[in-house]
Amino acid sequence: MMDIPGLYNYWIVIVLMMTGFYVVIARGNLVKKIVGLNIFQTSVFILYITMGKVEGGTAPIVVEGADVIYSNPLPHVLILTAIVVGIATTALGLALIVRIKEAYGTVEEDEIFAKDESA
Amino acid sequence: MAIGIVRLDNLFAVVMLSGIYSLISASLFVTLDAVDVAFTEASVGGGIATVLMLATLALTGDTEKPGKGHLQILPLAVVVLTGALLIYGTLDMPSFGDPMAPIHQHVAPRYIEEAPRATGIPNIVTSVLASYRGYDTMGELTVIFTAGIGVILILGARRRRDD
Repeated sequence: MMDIPGLYNYWIVIVLMMTGFYVVIARGNLVKKIVGLNIFQTSVFILYITMGKVEGGTAPIVVEGADVIYSNPLPHVLILTAIVVGIATTALGLALIVRIKEAYGTVEEDEIFAKDESA
Repeated sequence: MAIGIVRLDNLFAVVMLSGIYSLISASLFVTLDAVDVAFTEASVGGGIATVLMLATLALTGDTEKPGKGHLQILPLAVVVLTGALLIYGTLDMPSFGDPMAPIHQHVAPRYIEEAPRATGIPNIVTSVLASYRGYDTMGELTVIFTAGIGVILILGARRRRDD
C-alpha cells in the first residue's frame, strides 16, 4: 500500500520549499527574501502539477477520435490563477522595497531595525 | 540552482538564477503535461518577475551586505524540522502518476468528458478556466487590479513628495 519510491515528487517539492523558506527567514536582504518567496511559490506549483499527472497521460487538449488518457486539468487551472496572483504579490512587495529604500536608505533588515531603534 | 540563490551575495546573479529556475520549472511543467501552466510560468515567472526584480535592483543597489554567507543555526533548525514534518505528512499521499488518486475521482472526470462538448473549446484547461470557474478568474483579475493600484499608490506617493 505504502509506496515510498513513488513519493519522490513530494520530496523534491519539500526540498525546494524549505530552501525558499530558509532564504526568507535567514537572509536580511529584502530583495533576496522576495526571491526566496518565489522559490517557495514555485515549489507549491510543482506540488499541484505533479499531483495532476496521470501515468501515461497526455496534456488535457482533446484529440478527436482517439482514446487517450488526459492528465487532470483542474490543478492546471488553479495554478494558472496562482501564478498570476503570485506575480501581483511579488510586484507589490518589490514596490514596498523601493519605498523602504527611499525612506531608510537601505534594504538590509538589521540596518532598518537599527535606524528604528535610534530614531 | 536554489542553493546558489541562497549562497550568493551578488543580487544581480541571484535574480538571473531565479529567472533560470523559473524556466527550468516551466520545462518541468511541459513534461508533466501542463502546457498552459508552462507558458504562463515562462512568461510571467521567467519574464515579468525578472524584469520587475531588475528594475528594483536598479533602484536599490545590487549587492547584499557581505559577511552573512555562513549558515545560521536557528533558521536552519526550523527549516529542517518543518521539512521533516512535511515528509512525514507525505507518507500517506498517493504515489506519483497514480490514476486512482483521490484528486482524479471528483470533478475532474466530468470536466474531461463534458467540457469539450459543453463549451466547444478543445483545450480543457481553457474551458474550465473561462467557463466553469469563470468567477475565480474574475476574482483573480480583482487581485491583479488591487495589486496594480497598490503599486501605483506606493510609488506615486514618492513622486508627489518630490515635486
